[in-house]
Amino acid sequence: MTAEYFQRDRRWHPPALTPDYKTSVARSPSLPLLSIENSLSEITGPTFSHAALGGLDNDLILNFTGEPAIGERTVVHGRVTDETGRPVKGALLEVWQANAGGRYRHVKDGYLAPLDPNFGGCGRCLTDEDGFYVFRTVKPGAYPFRNYSNSWRMAHIHFSIFGAGLTQRLITQMYFEGDPLRDQDPIAQTIPDPAALDRLVAPLDLNASVPLDSLAYRFDIVLRGRRQTVFENKLEGA
Amino acid sequence: MPLEYPKETPAQTAGPFVHIGAMPRIAGFTCFDVELGQQIAGPDVPGERIVIEGQILDGTGTPCRDTMVEVWQADDQGRYAHPEDPRGAEVADGFTGFGRAHTDFDTGLFRFETIKPGIVPGRHGRDQAPHVSFWIVARGINIGLHTRMYFPEDNTSTDPVLSMIEQPHRRDTLIAERTADGQYRFDIRLQGDRETVFLDV
Ligand SMILES: [Fe+3]
Repeated sequence: MTAEYFQRDRRWHPPALTPDYKTSVARSPSLPLLSIENSLSEITGPTFSHAALGGLDNDLILNFTGEPAIGERTVVHGRVTDETGRPVKGALLEVWQANAGGRYRHVKDGYLAPLDPNFGGCGRCLTDEDGFYVFRTVKPGAYPFRNYSNSWRMAHIHFSIFGAGLTQRLITQMYFEGDPLRDQDPIAQTIPDPAALDRLVAPLDLNASVPLDSLAYRFDIVLRGRRQTVFENKLEGA
Repeated sequence: MPLEYPKETPAQTAGPFVHIGAMPRIAGFTCFDVELGQQIAGPDVPGERIVIEGQILDGTGTPCRDTMVEVWQADDQGRYAHPEDPRGAEVADGFTGFGRAHTDFDTGLFRFETIKPGIVPGRHGRDQAPHVSFWIVARGINIGLHTRMYFPEDNTSTDPVLSMIEQPHRRDTLIAERTADGQYRFDIRLQGDRETVFLDV
């Protein structure tokens, strides 16, 4: 079936210009986006297979050196569905995060918190037939960033998601239930509706934890839905 | 009760360290075997070999040096390597159509080696001029920006997307400059006088 995707609700996402997150000021387009109807160029998109992934790619505790990283051992799992509730199978998820002290392993991160020799901070996996995914990691620390002189990021994991087509491409961040920095974090606060921000806050999921080993958080992801019926759509130019 | 659909997960900026997750080799990691998006068209794929280079400029005209740029394109016959393209099964082995680059930490340049795409079928039987879809994310960009690059030597006058842009000088923001045989320059301006046309796809 070749059908169009639902229009993106831009009021639900952060706007381009959010002055309290200062970097957005010079990096936000000021003219309206040009809305186009889906063509083959937008409903298609890159696809990925298990052949490209290694066995430890989704295990951030072990995948840097094989020795365990320091920090709160944490399972992050969930399901990727679309706006009609259907699972998105074979979606590629890539994650990156700071270590338990809030430090990234990156040449541009100069935060004084130390690197963990056994933590890299990158992971990836594909969703299964029902849209489920799982990672294992350590809970990242909060960290300061240059915005106001005392701006802090609440603990977060960055997520990049490839769905079935270019229209579903998304990068977002996952937060942890109960984080006291939520209302101060200028990046989380770029999202206008608190109900939308709630969707990025993963609740503790004690039933998915591994007793005597790891806590767990559940982060479900919804990608754009698509029409189920095609009437005179002629998307392919047929 | 109004009809409710579950809403899309809201976007957040990719931040300055996107390379760690999406281009780990650029960030200095060797823990993954395969770096994704590094081969758009393998050596045996037919088509004209081209190079696309450019910068992402902010509203002050400064190149952004922490951006990730993704491209998605059809092969030389206008076919996408995707199960929903009716001709998708015909693309050559080694053609992915997907590329990923970062803007260099010093120069701010991104670079793709690929083949020139063909004419892609559009809606209602209206062809689309050869184009490469771009998606860019970075610190300060709250939701990924879609745009397209077209080629200056092609007839773009009937392209359905370019035709929708009212102002001629804005249309030109989507057309690359040919700097030598097979070499194209495509700068993307996030803001200002010559702001690139970004798409809500
Ligand atoms: Fe971060």
